[in-house]
Amino acid sequence: MPALAVTVVGHDRPGIVAGVTGAIAQLGGNLEDSSMTLLRGHFAMTLIAAVPAPAAELSRRLEPLAEQGLFVSVVEVPAEQPVSTGVAALLSVHGADRPGIVSSATTAIARRGGNITDLATRLGPSMYVLTADVTFPPGTDVEQVADELAAAVAPLGVHATLLPADEDVL
Amino acid sequence: MHQWTLPELGPGTVRPVVTAPDPVLSTRCREVPPQDPATVSLAADLMATMRVSPGCVGLAANQIGVGARVFCVDVTGHPKTRICHGAFVLVNPQLVSASRKERAREGCMSVPDFTGDVRRATRVVMAGYLPGTSQEVQITTDAFEARALQHEFDHIAGMLFLDRVAGAHAIHPRQTYQ
Repeated sequence: MPALAVTVVGHDRPGIVAGVTGAIAQLGGNLEDSSMTLLRGHFAMTLIAAVPAPAAELSRRLEPLAEQGLFVSVVEVPAEQPVSTGVAALLSVHGADRPGIVSSATTAIARRGGNITDLATRLGPSMYVLTADVTFPPGTDVEQVADELAAAVAPLGVHATLLPADEDVL
Repeated sequence: MHQWTLPELGPGTVRPVVTAPDPVLSTRCREVPPQDPATVSLAADLMATMRVSPGCVGLAANQIGVGARVFCVDVTGHPKTRICHGAFVLVNPQLVSASRKERAREGCMSVPDFTGDVRRATRVVMAGYLPGTSQEVQITTDAFEARALQHEFDHIAGMLFLDRVAGAHAIHPRQTYQ
């Protein structure tokens, strides 16, 4: 069954999730991983669904949403197995907003092979916050990366923390 | 433990609360002499400022712009409080032990825009000095008072709750309910 990646972005209103997931269900599709949130008032949805129909068919069924002003994209993607082994850490960066915060922090992370598996940013009236889940290659010294990260973002006047993630299994 | 009250510390002065991204909040605070009159005066100011701040259950010295290892806590009457030591100030505190972490949402007067989900120990032993004395005390507490102590302890280490959130999506805009 093909995996379809669906992206929907637009002015928030009640019924967007119901409309998209309803079209998938009508085709006998199964919603798998998804992320849906409000980004500065715009509703943004990205999902992967196993759908027994081509991307063009799901696109056609989502046309009413597109006609209401929503950006809608449906593409077929290869099946991927989520792999995330290594050293898990949580990244936090905050400070006064200015261009380059995300790029500086993530460049420092990438330099040490860190893979960002989830990231969110928030811009408030007085400050900017970035939080991310990161997986580093096995054996990575998270404290050392944290020092490198702090040095990388210091010229921007922001504060960065990288802490090992709690992974209690209960 | 002896419970401190405002008359014992002096009336104190209500000071403006510093908000992020002020660098004083990201800087590790220094130890101060517990018996120094300036430390007692700082303790009084912390208590006075906490008292007039609605919903405030703790305040660290750097939140009023002073880089000293001093904070006050008062979780009296909060619905999540179990063990309660009333209103008190700790100088040069040390975390002795912390266990049984639980995730809960918290906010901070110095971070007015956001709240965050933070995993913190629900059983804590913390030692420190009472202002104006050379008496070291050890506080054994749980639940909400344990959370408040750790939140303030992080402040004087130059850390905000934003540095300890439980995941990429654990920060939320602060809601204004009408």
